[in-house]
Amino acid sequence: MNTFHEIITPILTVFGVLFVVLNLAAVLVWVERRLLAVWQDRYGPNRVGPFGLFQPLADTLKLLWKEDWIPPFADKPIFVLAPAIVMTTVLFSFAVIPVGEKIVIADLNVGLLYILAMSSMGVYSVVLGGWASDNKYSLLGGLRASAQMISYEVFMGLSLMGVVFVAGSFRLSDIIAWQNGHVWFVVPQFLGFVLFVIAGIAESRRLPFDLPESESELVAGFHSEYSGMKFGMFFAGEYMGVTLVSALIAVLFFGGWLGPVFGLTGWRATALGIVWLLMKTFFFIGFFILLRASLPRPRFDQLMSWGWKRMLPLALVNLLVTGAVVLAIGS
Amino acid sequence: MEGLFYMAAVVAVGATLMMLTRQNAVHALLYLILSLLAVAVIFYLFGAPFAAALEVIVYAGAIMVLFVFVVMLLNLGPRAGGLEAAWLSPTVWLLPAIMAAILAGEIVYILSGPGLRTAPAGEIAPVQVGLALYGPYLIGVELASMLLLGALVGAHHLGREARSKPETKTHDVYSDVAGSDSGGDLVRAGSDRTSGAA
Repeated sequence: MNTFHEIITPILTVFGVLFVVLNLAAVLVWVERRLLAVWQDRYGPNRVGPFGLFQPLADTLKLLWKEDWIPPFADKPIFVLAPAIVMTTVLFSFAVIPVGEKIVIADLNVGLLYILAMSSMGVYSVVLGGWASDNKYSLLGGLRASAQMISYEVFMGLSLMGVVFVAGSFRLSDIIAWQNGHVWFVVPQFLGFVLFVIAGIAESRRLPFDLPESESELVAGFHSEYSGMKFGMFFAGEYMGVTLVSALIAVLFFGGWLGPVFGLTGWRATALGIVWLLMKTFFFIGFFILLRASLPRPRFDQLMSWGWKRMLPLALVNLLVTGAVVLAIGS
Repeated sequence: MEGLFYMAAVVAVGATLMMLTRQNAVHALLYLILSLLAVAVIFYLFGAPFAAALEVIVYAGAIMVLFVFVVMLLNLGPRAGGLEAAWLSPTVWLLPAIMAAILAGEIVYILSGPGLRTAPAGEIAPVQVGLALYGPYLIGVELASMLLLGALVGAHHLGREARSKPETKTHDVYSDVAGSDSGGDLVRAGSDRTSGAA
């Protein structure tokens, strides 16, 4: 029994998380198209299988059968490396997210910093992809991505420091434990929550912050030259990024796997906790898709001044007030 | 643990050597990032997870800025590789090689000697780092932040001057003189013909 807990459980956790995240990325493509259709008064993809549910399968098969073309003028090693970086960094980030009570792949004591580090590594995929394509539209997209993501990373980190102040730890399971004893962080850290959501959208390059690939001006931005499964990896990486940010919002501000257990105990309560986390995550994924359906894209200078002139000062004020309150009350 | 250290160390040294000898600036930069990541792993193995995370965020992450400058300002073409090859002639390597050899000799001497080795201090949690920084080393933190503030004010000053210049020269869209402005597409269509007819 002891060996079961020491060896089998971590392996099951690793493969479980990997399985759910990778399949979620595929299914989300269908979910997004259907939801967008609902909000725009259309049907969306509903031909392949019941409700169009097999659409992701058809899409994947199409991507696999397409010619995987590398432009002759591209920097080949970096061109191939770039889509792999986005997948790797996002999947690595999921390692520190607690999916249930005591179910986490690696419970690092610098967990939150680790996620920020992985997100700053993820920037390289977009920038290198844009640079290696040796195409002016790709390069512009890559440059935009680097400026946007570096700027929004700054206050993404700062907006989370309020949570760290109050919980007194970078460890994600400690942050959930604090919320278990007190309230969900969305109440005492509402400003931090709003700032983190905005930064999260910018970090995952979703509309309204998808300027790196804004198709109306830059063809497809940083991945203009990509085709086949390499494009598919950028595509899936974006959806996994959305899943990651949604899961982070759920864990940091909405109690993660906490929720009513209806008198259940043992593994049943744990399983219900995983369901709670999934439901919260799906809620925020839906919110991200709703934003895409409803908001226009800003100009790039508007995006930058919004980040540095509004978001950063607000994040600093949040930090100052939280620090003062923690100091006065004594945690 | 020791095996992991030597693996990370070999990666760090190898990546640094590759970084020095690459002719393509972006490839060199990627090796530098790899080297920094390997150093982060070494920090983690030495029980400093906080330093390891900051190494990745600040060093490996912030080199991005350097990268952007390389791409934007240098406009590297295929010619740049040849130029770099000419700069990296064997004579250039002489002085750095001598200095590196001196350091390598010192390391061998230290390792073979009776030992200045100190016992590892155990894992340093983020809380301890924070307490040390804002306790005995507060003055250092304050000095560093003042330096950064100075840089920030300087950057703002430079940026403001550069921005005010293009704004003074406005596009003369509404004048009837065709081609009076370099922004050709801003001249109203057919404005050259009407001025001729009148």
